[in-house]
Amino acid sequence: MTKPPQPGEFYQRDRRWHPPALSRDYKTSVTRAPQFPLISLENTASEMTGPVFGRNDIAPADNDLLTNYAQPGESPVGERIIVHGKVLDENARPVPNTLVEIWQANASGRYRHKKDSYRGALDPNFGGCGRTLTDGNGCYRFRTVKPGAYPWRNGVNDWRPAHIHVSVFGTGFAQRLITQLYFEGDPLIARCPIVNTIPDPEAVQMLIARLDMNATIPLDTIAYRFDIVLRGRRSTLFENRLEGN
Amino acid sequence: MPQRLDYLKETPSQTAGPYVHIGLAPGAAGFEIYDQELGWDISGPNAKGERIRVEGIVTDGTGSPVKDVLLEAWQANAEGVYAHPGHSGEVEEGFRGWGRVITDFETGEWGFDTVKPGAVMGRNGQMMAPHISLWIVARGINVGLNTRIYFEDEAEANAADPVLNVIEWEHRRATLIAKRELRDGLAVYHFDIRLQGGDETVFFDI
Repeated sequence: MTKPPQPGEFYQRDRRWHPPALSRDYKTSVTRAPQFPLISLENTASEMTGPVFGRNDIAPADNDLLTNYAQPGESPVGERIIVHGKVLDENARPVPNTLVEIWQANASGRYRHKKDSYRGALDPNFGGCGRTLTDGNGCYRFRTVKPGAYPWRNGVNDWRPAHIHVSVFGTGFAQRLITQLYFEGDPLIARCPIVNTIPDPEAVQMLIARLDMNATIPLDTIAYRFDIVLRGRRSTLFENRLEGN
Repeated sequence: MPQRLDYLKETPSQTAGPYVHIGLAPGAAGFEIYDQELGWDISGPNAKGERIRVEGIVTDGTGSPVKDVLLEAWQANAEGVYAHPGHSGEVEEGFRGWGRVITDFETGEWGFDTVKPGAVMGRNGQMMAPHISLWIVARGINVGLNTRIYFEDEAEANAADPVLNVIEWEHRRATLIAKRELRDGLAVYHFDIRLQGGDETVFFDI
């Protein structure tokens, strides 16, 4: 069996672009943030490789949150939306066949989770999770409802902006990423202590999905576009090869 | 203005939050939705090598168990080969080498069954001791934490491991060594993770 070219090392993660571990205004981070500096490692095979998923791992309809938990013929309550975009790396190359998983509250701001006790109503037709593999061009697409804002115990009057949690794998374990997607125009974004863990306002902009009228289905579903960028790899041409045994 | 570099910036991380289970382990959140959940079987039925269990708890800076953590494991097979097209060698049919587990909502305990990985070639021809890479996310963790599980019964390989030896404080290396015991004939490794404090686990910037 011929193996494809061996993968290169990843560009170093820009830790000043990501939120620091300790963010005082996000109170839960205070006792969960490591105190000691992270130990910097050069990539080895353990970081440059990562799990591979295929079409057999998921079902084609797993990316449709409008139907994947609904009773036949019924739909969840809320604004019907498409969330779509591309998974790229820092070299602007598409990342094909990678697993993207999402989860979210329903239109009332309530999660289907045994630990969520918010008074917003559960929706019998909405589960709140989906997953898909990017296609050959790195594109992905979900159908869902727009999640509602909800209160959380940080300050007593802190509200999360409408958001969708997004988990992406990439091709190496060092690319593993979880983030949150926010919606253009939401006044709660600027007030959110979790959003504000990110120091650079330009970095925050990367988490705000844009209304995409061209991908909207007229008289049916509003579309938002959300591209995701994972760490890039060095060219392997003149670099040390990843060593196996 | 000098020329522009056309690299993109990485999407910034955000916490997985308290309801990570809905997306990544919905059965644990309390509902069934997918035909199959991913990550419950790391090694598959055909993997060679010693069958082991790894378990522990995650504690915060006050010493309390953290009960809303999701952990992902990534490991080579017993021959030291990763199930990845870029790594030379073959793995057994059904061996993925990746899994995910959550901490118990009441006790904070976690555990997974797998096979003990083999040594993996590291950089510059230096062999790395057998290890499992871990990625840890939870409410209050803004960027997923990376660490490694090494094995107590590999003392000689651990002493020569190029990654453990990067850790300047020798006593902190011990935070990455799982303790071995036999339970009903099964090798069980104990690996507690301390997020914060004097005895905090070593975390890596990979």
